[in-house]
Amino acid sequence: MIDALGYTFMQNAVIVSVLASIACGIIGTLVTVNRMSALAGSIAHASFGGLGLAYLAGFNPLIGATCFAVAGAAGIAAVSSKKRSRTDTAMAAMWATGMAAGLVFIKLSGTYSADLMSWLFGSLLAVSSSDIAFAAVLDIVILLVITGLYKEFLAVSFDQEFSMLQGVPTHFIRGLFLILTALTAVLLMKITGLIMVIAMLSIPAAIAGMYTGSLWKMMVLASILAAVFNLAGLSLAWMLDLPPGAVIILIAAFAYAVSLIIERVRSGTT
Amino acid sequence: MKEAIRLHGVTAGYRTGNPIIHNIDLTVQENDFLAVIGPNGGGKTTLLKVILGLLTPWEGTASVFGESPEKNHPAIGYVPQLIPEDSFPITVMDVVLMGRLRNAGLLRRFSRGDRETAEMNLARLNVEDLAGDDMNSLSGGQKQRVLIARALAGKPQILLLDEPVASVDHDTQISFFNLLAELNSTITIVLVTHDVGAVSAHVKNIACINRTLISHGETLSSESVAKAYGCPFELISHGGIPHRVLGNGKEPKT
Repeated sequence: MIDALGYTFMQNAVIVSVLASIACGIIGTLVTVNRMSALAGSIAHASFGGLGLAYLAGFNPLIGATCFAVAGAAGIAAVSSKKRSRTDTAMAAMWATGMAAGLVFIKLSGTYSADLMSWLFGSLLAVSSSDIAFAAVLDIVILLVITGLYKEFLAVSFDQEFSMLQGVPTHFIRGLFLILTALTAVLLMKITGLIMVIAMLSIPAAIAGMYTGSLWKMMVLASILAAVFNLAGLSLAWMLDLPPGAVIILIAAFAYAVSLIIERVRSGTT
Repeated sequence: MKEAIRLHGVTAGYRTGNPIIHNIDLTVQENDFLAVIGPNGGGKTTLLKVILGLLTPWEGTASVFGESPEKNHPAIGYVPQLIPEDSFPITVMDVVLMGRLRNAGLLRRFSRGDRETAEMNLARLNVEDLAGDDMNSLSGGQKQRVLIARALAGKPQILLLDEPVASVDHDTQISFFNLLAELNSTITIVLVTHDVGAVSAHVKNIACINRTLISHGETLSSESVAKAYGCPFELISHGGIPHRVLGNGKEPKT
């Protein structure tokens, strides 16, 4: 494993893994406490439509995915601000429509299917310097937004109506949260693939939630856990010659199962 | 005496063609202590949302101190119904500080003054020792006090409480109403509850609603209760008949 670090692609993989953990831990915590993992899933799948369109029209797939993810997040924000019961339907429709549109565009473009597979299942060993830049910029934006508006994010997540009565711009905060979720989902697609994004946004935060009593501690622990899962998965995948995205998810799922058992035992004995 | 809240011909709901409350006229004077009772689904929470300005009436008008509710949000302290299954990672202090969000403003941290106000209100409700605790580790009665401290931290002139005694035992209810009576010396209080037996002697007025306003006054007749709940009072009361509810309106007023 150590000698693998001599390769540039491996260095890039390690850097992106660590950078993505920060976005993943912070946004994943907000997704988890707001019970919006289905939303994160539908945003990730909607972005597949953007990927297909990018291949067809010949521009950078990352841009296509980002645009579709953000547009999907904005669409859901618009629907959910009016009526909560419709959000569920809108998310399900977006999930499937994104995939369907992506498949049609990709067929029309005649793209080789290996490209497609790398977006669906991750391509951690093929990240570029532009991916690293994307991750770094996103981390900075997320850190600035969360430190500046922490009390508002906490309040809106805990009790939206009360926050509204306190003059907090709740729709603005929700919209910002959805857009940051969309961008994080696109970033994580590079690592685990869009099919497994939902796991990286929920598992580290869910484990962190079992051991912490405040939102910011949960964010910090979730980020650390995500980094551990990413690096452990990357190393193990390298040694066993397996796809890193899948190994990362399996390690995270195993840690989650162990945490659940520990929690069960603890609550049983006390 | 000033009018704190005035609803005039208010009809409101969430789905077109299906109003939850219909043509309600209700005036609450300053320093009143009003209990709004009615069955579940009778529109009590909807009524509160109209007063809070979270729901715009389809017909009629709502005003708080003579102005629209939205303009008077700082004057209103809201204590929502407890959600028992919630497991949000938040400390008691952070919950109470939410009552200082308006004062602190966007992009700023809570000031020392905000924290002192939060601590003072926790102390006022005798839960200052819990400030650093996880909200989830509290009992129903303790959580209720924290939510009241949060509402009071904004220094409101009106306190609106949604089903405040739904999740607390009988003894806690008594001390809870004593506390509200104390607060009532400076604050107008409106609480809604489906539990007729929970209405205490400290309450000054009682309104009974089930889609429409059935009665509003110092006392409540068993006919009103029967009309609102669709069954005789005896069937819905548990633990003895509270003395505020007068059988057939014959007994003297308290």
